Amino acid sequence: MRVRRRPTFAWVGVVPFFLFAIAALGLPVGFLVIGSFQNADGDLTLQNFADLSTGTIPRAFLNSIEISLVTAVGGGFFGFLLAWAVIMGGLPSWIRSAVMTFSGVASNFAGVPLALAFVFTLGNLGLVTKFLFDTFGLSLRQDLGFTLYSKTGIEIVYFYFQFPLMVLIIAPALDGLRREWREASENLGASAFQYWRHVALPILTPSILGTMILLFGNSFGAQATAFQLTGGTIEIATIAIGRQIRGDVLHNPGLGYAMAMGMVVVMSVVITAYTWLQRRSERWLRS
Amino acid sequence: MSGGVQGLGRLGIMASWLKPRPGSEGHRRRRGSLVAWVILIAGVVYFLVPLVATFQFSLRPTPTTLAYTNVLNDPKFSGSLLYSFTVAIITIFASLAIIVPTAFWVRLKVPHLRTAVEFVTLMPFIIPAVILVFGVIRVYSAKPFVFTRTEFGSDALLVATYVVLSFPYMYRAVDTGLAAIDVRSLTEAAQSLGAGWPRIIVRVILPNLRTALLSGAFLTFAIVLGEYTIASFLARNDQFGVYLSLLGQNKAFEPAAVSLISFGLTWLAMIVIALIGRGSRVTVVGAR
Amino acid sequence: MSFLELTGIQKHFGPVVAVEDFNLAAERGEFVSFLGPSGCGKTTTLRMIAGFEIPTAGTIRLDGGDITNRPPNRRNVGMVFQSYALFPNMNVADNVGFGLKVRKRPSDQIKKRVGELLELVHLGKMGPRYPYQLSGGQQQRVALARALAFEPEVLLLDEPLSALDAKIRVSLRQEIRAIQRQLGITTVYVTHDQEEALSLSDRIVVMSEGRIEQIGTPFDVYNFPTTGFVASFVGTLNVLPAAVVESGSGRLSVGGQEFRISRPVEARAGETISLALRPEMVTLGTGPEGSNVLRGTVADVSFLGSIVRMRIRIVDGVVVTLDVFNEPTLVLPQLQESITISFPAEGPLVLESVPVPVADVLALEA
Repeated sequence: MRVRRRPTFAWVGVVPFFLFAIAALGLPVGFLVIGSFQNADGDLTLQNFADLSTGTIPRAFLNSIEISLVTAVGGGFFGFLLAWAVIMGGLPSWIRSAVMTFSGVASNFAGVPLALAFVFTLGNLGLVTKFLFDTFGLSLRQDLGFTLYSKTGIEIVYFYFQFPLMVLIIAPALDGLRREWREASENLGASAFQYWRHVALPILTPSILGTMILLFGNSFGAQATAFQLTGGTIEIATIAIGRQIRGDVLHNPGLGYAMAMGMVVVMSVVITAYTWLQRRSERWLRS
Repeated sequence: MSGGVQGLGRLGIMASWLKPRPGSEGHRRRRGSLVAWVILIAGVVYFLVPLVATFQFSLRPTPTTLAYTNVLNDPKFSGSLLYSFTVAIITIFASLAIIVPTAFWVRLKVPHLRTAVEFVTLMPFIIPAVILVFGVIRVYSAKPFVFTRTEFGSDALLVATYVVLSFPYMYRAVDTGLAAIDVRSLTEAAQSLGAGWPRIIVRVILPNLRTALLSGAFLTFAIVLGEYTIASFLARNDQFGVYLSLLGQNKAFEPAAVSLISFGLTWLAMIVIALIGRGSRVTVVGAR
Repeated sequence: MSFLELTGIQKHFGPVVAVEDFNLAAERGEFVSFLGPSGCGKTTTLRMIAGFEIPTAGTIRLDGGDITNRPPNRRNVGMVFQSYALFPNMNVADNVGFGLKVRKRPSDQIKKRVGELLELVHLGKMGPRYPYQLSGGQQQRVALARALAFEPEVLLLDEPLSALDAKIRVSLRQEIRAIQRQLGITTVYVTHDQEEALSLSDRIVVMSEGRIEQIGTPFDVYNFPTTGFVASFVGTLNVLPAAVVESGSGRLSVGGQEFRISRPVEARAGETISLALRPEMVTLGTGPEGSNVLRGTVADVSFLGSIVRMRIRIVDGVVVTLDVFNEPTLVLPQLQESITISFPAEGPLVLESVPVPVADVLALEA
């Protein structure tokens, strides 16, 4: 039997894709990477990265990290409870589909409309603000020391897309809790609490942790919502970078690029950690 | 708002529609748990109050519908909707034109390149929108690609960046769809019957991917409609998100009306996706 | 009083009747199988014993106590699931010891007991392994060990072998039976595989569409089926439609050929009845004195390894299957060849007056 060896050019079929990726993604990111190692004269330097510890930049990153931690843990916690409630809490089944669809919408409702909606709710003339004042004589600002235009305010607003994101991503994991595990554990004499403690939560933990990490990344990279809400008065990493884009700051483009690199590093760590946790839980559940 | 990582939430919806759900009957709780109701109600309150507040705000002027009539009569409103709509359509088609052949090729001809392709499609998760637009502007406002100076150039950049943002779900949708229809067998059957590549793609593959394509398309549509970051940095004031932001800085009540309209449109898109998805689940399960 | 008693058990899911009028009295240490096709109610009944379903009516008593409404985690029955249901986040040892852990036994006691059980199921060194690292057969043995660890009063098995390869199925079922005998534990075993039920059980409960068709020892159920369903479901079966020539002497005819059966015939001359005839009752040739002889043509010859299965057409629509032991000197008949078969008068059974449709039975038998 003759075996004909022809050079395969099969990879040609994916060239358009990679060309586009290079043009729209590779070049821009590459530019940033290279630029972060250059100073104003174009020479190679690490100064930009050293400068990351100057000025308001550390504060910006710290604020971003703080907000992201709070919304990741809080969002993960309540999002998990909500997912549990509609999937396994004995509620009518139409509520599950409604919540899932709504979560799809709400996780998309970020950005300008969301910020505006919360201004209408908790802003100075907001519905809840007025309600609290008219009914209980409570002033949000004076008595509770709360203003929407703060880190806490951002966190409250961010929950609006963090909760649904958690619900959507953890729902399949909850579905993956096989009925037989619950039955086997009951059969072996365990109470509901023991089942959750020894079986269900351990099985779910990698997914929950992984999704919280995702929530962290989601919050870290968000820009439009906070910008619309605070007009840039609260210093967070994405807004600081935004300022660099506009050229609002001093003539040091390299610094902006270094900040961008900083963000990319954080996000890469996030994605890697998430992927690792996913693999781990998949391995267990593979049988 | 980053279109990036939170896109995984959208992947979550899509995943549950494009894969048949495992036969989990849910857990038979012998009581409709009180705790579950409390949690649900807390959630409902948190999510509905801002919407109610927005609605109430939009009705504050006299007459009550003034904000809405102003908005609907504002040429900028319809203009921005039209603009965003057009951008969305172009983005969707461009994205499909790139993704469908690529996904098809990866599945059939170059499976060893799958990881590379998937890595690229997942980049939006690592590169937040603000960083992407940063790089895009720097590259394409300097020689030799001075695109940002022209309207058309900036529009093109907008579409291109949105196409990148759409990659994760478009690719995932198409790839899952291809997996579900066993594209290899279909293609080989078509080839043995004498069909050429174009005909195979158009007549055999695309019709079977209808659901996946529609889901991906509607998700992209929802993203484009709500996007702000990239559009604002590219000075695309006609983009709906930028229009709304400017409105919010200038007017008091109209932004509430527009917010609600935009929320309603997104909701509509999601319901359509849910309906499409429902149909697909039946056939996917049946095919197994 | 028996050890495990189900009396008047019914289960309705809305308008659907899953189990109707189920009665069983199982003795201590007895191995009982529930045998039947999918949807016959056998698993539902098992789940009622385990407590995952509550009967719509009837009672379940275990060692004298009424457990009908007791929650599943307080019943002291051990269940082996069809999908093993091992906890993926725990290794084998922790899985097996789980029942003892929730009963708050001291950990050295748990360790000892786990070791004993792993030895019992021949998985002595597998303690630290995780379920995903085990084969299907190994997982099933872990599931068995786990169900037995806390010394339950009854062992329930829900089609435990159906997901395994044929060879493993046979060896594992023998192991299960051996362990069951050794421990003397009352066992209920659900299966749709009649070979399993026949080889393992002290008694078989044959079920169909929610009702019990017959309860008896494997020997009885196979050789003396009381209903057409049991006859057709358990073992392979020939169903012959025969016209009655004379009921008193048991003379019947098929395809114009006359023969006699020894069992009483209640129908009258001219009516048609259905007869059940096991393939092993039929032989080639004219057989010993007094046998019935039928002539036909060879429709099919299948070589099944240790036996050769032949199908002989007596007349259109009537095909008799017979099995012959395979031996090298055997000369297999050709297709369409004319051939003679015989069977003793005691061979055929008369099926119940509500006959199983012939087409259905032949399909089942194939």
